[in-house]
Amino acid sequence: MITVTVTVNGRTYRADCEPRRTLADFLRHDLGFVGVHVGCEHGVCGSCTITLDGASARSCCLLAVQVDGAEIVTVEGLAENGELHPLQESFRKHHGLQCGFCTPGMLATAMELLEENPDPTDAEIRQGISGNLCRCTGYQFIVDAIRDAAPGR
Amino acid sequence: MKAAPFEYLRASSLDEAIEALAGTPDARVLAGGQSLVPLLNLRQARPPLVVDINRVDELSFLRKENGRLEIGALTRHRVVETSAVVRSEVPLLAEALGFVGHVAIRNRGTVGGSLAHADPAAELPAVMVALDAEFSVRGPAGERVIAARDFFLGPHRTALEPGELLTRISVPTHRGGWAVEELSRRSRDLALVAVFATVTLSGEVCETARIAVAGAGPTPIRATAAEEALVGGALTDDAIALAAELVAAATDPPGDLHAPADYRREMAAVLTRRAIARAEEGA
Ligand SMILES: Cc1cc2nc3c(=O)[nH]c(=O)nc-3n(C[C@H](O)[C@H](O)[C@H](O)COP(=O)(O)OP(=O)(O)OC[C@H]3O[C@@H](n4cnc5c(N)ncnc54)[C@H](O)[C@@H]3O)c2cc1C
Ligand code: FES
Ligand code: FES
Repeated sequence: MITVTVTVNGRTYRADCEPRRTLADFLRHDLGFVGVHVGCEHGVCGSCTITLDGASARSCCLLAVQVDGAEIVTVEGLAENGELHPLQESFRKHHGLQCGFCTPGMLATAMELLEENPDPTDAEIRQGISGNLCRCTGYQFIVDAIRDAAPGR
Repeated sequence: MKAAPFEYLRASSLDEAIEALAGTPDARVLAGGQSLVPLLNLRQARPPLVVDINRVDELSFLRKENGRLEIGALTRHRVVETSAVVRSEVPLLAEALGFVGHVAIRNRGTVGGSLAHADPAAELPAVMVALDAEFSVRGPAGERVIAARDFFLGPHRTALEPGELLTRISVPTHRGGWAVEELSRRSRDLALVAVFATVTLSGEVCETARIAVAGAGPTPIRATAAEEALVGGALTDDAIALAAELVAAATDPPGDLHAPADYRREMAAVLTRRAIARAEEGA
């Protein structure tokens, strides 16, 4: 067992885990951030995507011990004072959330996309989320939601 | 699935990492983890020891030095891809990196990890072969330099000896035009076939041409015969068509459910025609 310390959504946590524990399982099972969804465990589906030290990352493709000391934002950290983040609000408005399984990863991916490109075209949005699979296949609504939340529009 | 148990060492220096690797046969280096952690999760890799080099700061750098780009093995893809120096001095590398998985993968994956993983369908090994890059490696016996062309021995097999680490990638800068043309099953997936080309012109005449192919053999393929056919003449449609045939002839593609060998070979020719035409435009 190794002790891992991480800051999640602004609060610092310390917990023991085995070296083989993925960051996804550490966040979900050891720290209780169940918004971290695990689909494929090999980097393909994108549902476990979180923000790690300011950049998107697949939490299933990292070991928790590897990111000791990191700052993480999960979907639980997006809303502030009971108010949804504008991107979350846009997902609600456009019905971009169907079963919700892919949503946390979609949000983390879209946040980074909009940060780097505040006024993306639909093609750029589609390219940006092409690493995130939605098994409800609600891509059109997700694209609408991201476009409508773009700060540059 | 979940990884099988292993011992874990967080190395704080290169020497410490080398010592640990030398002491445990079959130990694996952990860089970005974007290939290794999935392999661990699927139990396709079951190393007794994982040596984490993420804290070995001396392996993370990117600078221009004597007309070459020097890249530390631990430098993340996204850092290289978005670097202004790389975009101006080795633009082929910047473009190629845009094809390596998705942004979330490139934020964590490292240049050294991609090369050491030596997937024949990966972009970086082929780009390094196209650009005549040199790799520095270090092990218990000291440091040595290996040309990119001699580094890749087969699928997931490299010239790295047990206990050796890839430390630095040295890439000559290049002028002229360049292009990446890739065919993949999904956006930003590994290549079914990809062609990487650079061209310089003197007036109408092709002065230099470099062409490498990914996904078309057990290692990246450098298409020397095609390059030689192009140099010294104008890049006419006929010249490009001949080069494309020579590239296809140099390939030894695998065939699978997704793309039979013949199809990959034919696509190598098609992508070569497109790549050279686009490289010529930018030259
Ligand atoms: C969904 C998905 C899509 C992907 N798409 C692509 C793609 O389109 N193109 C592509 O090329 N790759 C792709 N990859 C693979 C991945 O991006 C690269 O292989 C990855 O960047 C490897 O770098 P890493 O630092 O994460 O290496 P790791 O996973 O940490 O290590 C990979 C291997 O290299 C060894 N290693 C690492 N660093 C060193 C070193 N310095 N010296 C010696 N050995 C070392 C490790 O022991 C291991 O065997 C994809 C991966 C995923 C999960
Ligand atoms: S669970 Fe991490 S990408 Fe699928
Ligand atoms: S909303 Fe159901 S998987 Fe995307």
